[in-house]
Amino acid sequence: MSDVILMAENISKQYRLGLVGTGTLSHDINRWWHRIRGKQDPYLKIGETNDRSKKAECDYVWALKDINFEVKRGEVLGIIGKNGAGKSTLLKILSQVTSPTTGEIKTKGRIASLLEVGTGFHPEMTGRENIYLNGAILGMTKAEIRSKEQEIIDFSGCARFIDTPVKRYSSGMTVRLAFAVAAHLEPDILVVDEVLAVGDAEFQKKAIGKMQDISAGEGRTVLFVSHNMESMARLCNRGILLNNGKIGGEGNIENVIELYLKNNQEFSDTYIEERIKSNCYVKKITLSNAQNQLTSYFNFNEGLTITFSVFKAEEDEQIYNLSFAIVNTNDVVVLSSSISDANELKLSKGANKFSVSINGYLLNKGNYKVRLFFSNETERQSIQRIDCLGFKINETGFYKNAQLRKAVIIPKLDWVKL
Amino acid sequence: MGLKTAEDNWLYTISSKKSLFSFNFIEIWRYRDLLMLFVKRDIITLYKQTILGPLWYVIQPLFTSVIFTLIFNNLGQIQTGTVPPFLFNLAGITAWNYFKECLTGTSNTFTKNQNIFGKVYFPRVIMPMSITISNLLKFGIQMLIFIGFFLFYKVQGTDIRLHSTILLFPLYILLMALLGLGFGMIISSMTTKYRDLTIVVGFGVQLLMYLSAVPYPLSEARLKFPEWVIPLVEYNPMTQIIEGFRSILLNSGTIEVDKFIYTCAIAVLVFLCGLIIFNRTEKQFIDTV
Repeated sequence: MSDVILMAENISKQYRLGLVGTGTLSHDINRWWHRIRGKQDPYLKIGETNDRSKKAECDYVWALKDINFEVKRGEVLGIIGKNGAGKSTLLKILSQVTSPTTGEIKTKGRIASLLEVGTGFHPEMTGRENIYLNGAILGMTKAEIRSKEQEIIDFSGCARFIDTPVKRYSSGMTVRLAFAVAAHLEPDILVVDEVLAVGDAEFQKKAIGKMQDISAGEGRTVLFVSHNMESMARLCNRGILLNNGKIGGEGNIENVIELYLKNNQEFSDTYIEERIKSNCYVKKITLSNAQNQLTSYFNFNEGLTITFSVFKAEEDEQIYNLSFAIVNTNDVVVLSSSISDANELKLSKGANKFSVSINGYLLNKGNYKVRLFFSNETERQSIQRIDCLGFKINETGFYKNAQLRKAVIIPKLDWVKL
Repeated sequence: MGLKTAEDNWLYTISSKKSLFSFNFIEIWRYRDLLMLFVKRDIITLYKQTILGPLWYVIQPLFTSVIFTLIFNNLGQIQTGTVPPFLFNLAGITAWNYFKECLTGTSNTFTKNQNIFGKVYFPRVIMPMSITISNLLKFGIQMLIFIGFFLFYKVQGTDIRLHSTILLFPLYILLMALLGLGFGMIISSMTTKYRDLTIVVGFGVQLLMYLSAVPYPLSEARLKFPEWVIPLVEYNPMTQIIEGFRSILLNSGTIEVDKFIYTCAIAVLVFLCGLIIFNRTEKQFIDTV
C-alpha cells in the first residue's frame, strides 16, 4: 500500500503581477546582485496569497504555497478548486512546463500530460501524419505509435478522413483524433486537465470509459483536474482541494467534493444591500421556515418563505418589478416567479415588505441559490440582479423511494385511481 | 522509517534548481523520433499552397547575385581573379543564406512556440535543432543551382575547378550550422523577457553579411578597407567560413590553417554557450515570455 510513485514537497510558485516593463529589469538586476553575493532572492520573502477577487497590494503573488502531497501507484487523484485556485499551475509544474519557485517533486515514473488535446497539430498535414507528430510530442517513439496506429484511428472514428489534411476536419473530429492519440499514451503517470469536455455525447462517454480503463483496468496512476464533479466522482478515488494556492482538504473524493461545494456555496439566510442603488431598491431579503425562524437548512417536506424589504426613498411615477429564481449548483434555473404574476407591485415611500412561499415536497435534496431580479420597468433598467441567498434541502422527510429520484423538482402530484 | 529505503530510488526530481551543465543527452536521444518528425513536418509544409513552391529558394539567391555583381563588381570594380563575379557571388550567398536561415529561424524559438511549449514538455532544444536540419533542404536546392551554373561556366571554357580540399565541404556545413544554431539559441533565450533583441536581429544580420566577406574576397578587404575595419572582417568566423567555402568550390583564395582552427573553436564555443543559455532559459521562460 505504501508504494508512493510521486511526492510533492513544499511546492510553491510565485508570479509577478502586471506587465513586463522597465520595473522588471530593476528587479532582475537586484535579484542578480543578491545572487552573486550568495544571498537569497529578495522577492521570495514577499507575496500575498492568491485571491483572484481581491485587489492586490503588492506586485508578487503566490499561485501555490507550500503544497505537499503523495500519490500512490495506481491511484486516481482528483484535483478540485475554483478558477484561479492553482490547479493548472500545479499541473504545469507536474508536467515540467514550468518549474516551481521553491520545493521539489520526486517521481518514480515518467509523467505525460494532457493539458490540452491537439497540441502541435499541424493543419496542413494529414490525420495520419499528425498522429505521428502529436504522439512524438507527447513522448512516444515512432515504433510505439506504429504499433498503435490502427487502434488510435479506430478509437477516433475518423478512418475515412485519415489521409486528409487536418484543416479540412471539423473541430469535433480534430479533438477526437487528438484525444485518441493522447489516450493511447502509456506513461507511468498521466496528468489530465479538463479534456473530457469535448466532442459529442457519444464520444464523451467513450472518453470517460477510456479514462476508467486506464485507471482501473491498466492500473495507471492518473492526476485529474475537472470542474465536472460528476465525472470526478466517477473516475477518482482520492481528491485534493486547492484553495487560493493552498491545500484546503485532502482525502476520499466524495468528502473532498462535498467540502468544495460547501466552501463554494455560501449558505445564508439574510442578505442586506449595503449600497443604495437607486431611488428604489431591495434592501433586505430573508429566508425562513414554516415556524418563521430564519434558516437556510430545510427538510424536503418543509416549505420555505422568502421575504423582501423594498425601500423607496422618494415618491415617483416609475413602475418597478420584483422577481426571483431558484438556481441549483449546476446553474440550472429550477423555478422563477415574479410579483406581477399575482398582482401589480405598489410601493409607497419608505419600507415595503413582500413575501413568497415555496411548498415542501418540491425541490430535490441539494444546494440552491436565490437569485434576485429587481428592475425599473418604465426605464427598462435592471437595478439588482444578484445571487443573494443560499440554502440546502435535506433528505429528511423524503418520499419512500426518493434515493433514486434524480429530477430537479419532485413535486407531490395527485395520483387518482380511475 | 522502514519505508525510507524504498523511497530513495526516485527516477527524477522536478525542482527550481538546475546546474549549469546538466544537459540530458540521453533524453534528447530518446526524443530523436520527434526531431525527425519536426524536420519532416517543416519539409512537407514548406511549399503547401504556394504556386512557385521551391522556386522561391532559387529566385532569391539568383537575383541577389545579379545585384551584387552589378554593384560590387561592375560599379565597385572588385576583382575576383579568374572566377566569374556572378559565380563568386552565388557561392558566397548560398553559404551565407544557410547560416542566415539557421540564425533567424532559431532566434525566435521561444516566442514562436510558446503555445506548444506551454502545454507539453519535451527537450526544447529539439525545436531549433530541427530547424537547422530542415534548412539543409533549402541549402541543397540552392547548391543545385550553384552546381548548374558551375557546369555552365565550365562548358563555356572558363578556368574554374574544385580544390582538393573539397572533402572539407561537410565540415563547413557543420560549422555554419553550429554558428547559426548557437547564435540563434542565445538570441532566442535573451528575447523571452525583453524583446529588444528581435528588432536588432533583422538589420544586424544584414550588416553582418557585409562584414563577412560575402560580396568581396578577403584579399580585397585587406587592401581597401580602413585599418580598424580589417580585424572585424578578418576575425569574424563567418568570413573565414565564406572564404573557405569559396576556396574549396572555386579554388579562389586560400585556407589558412590557423584561421581554420580558430573558426572551428569559435563555432564550437558559440554552440556550447548557446546550449547552456538555452538550457537555463527553458525552465522559466513560460512565466516571462
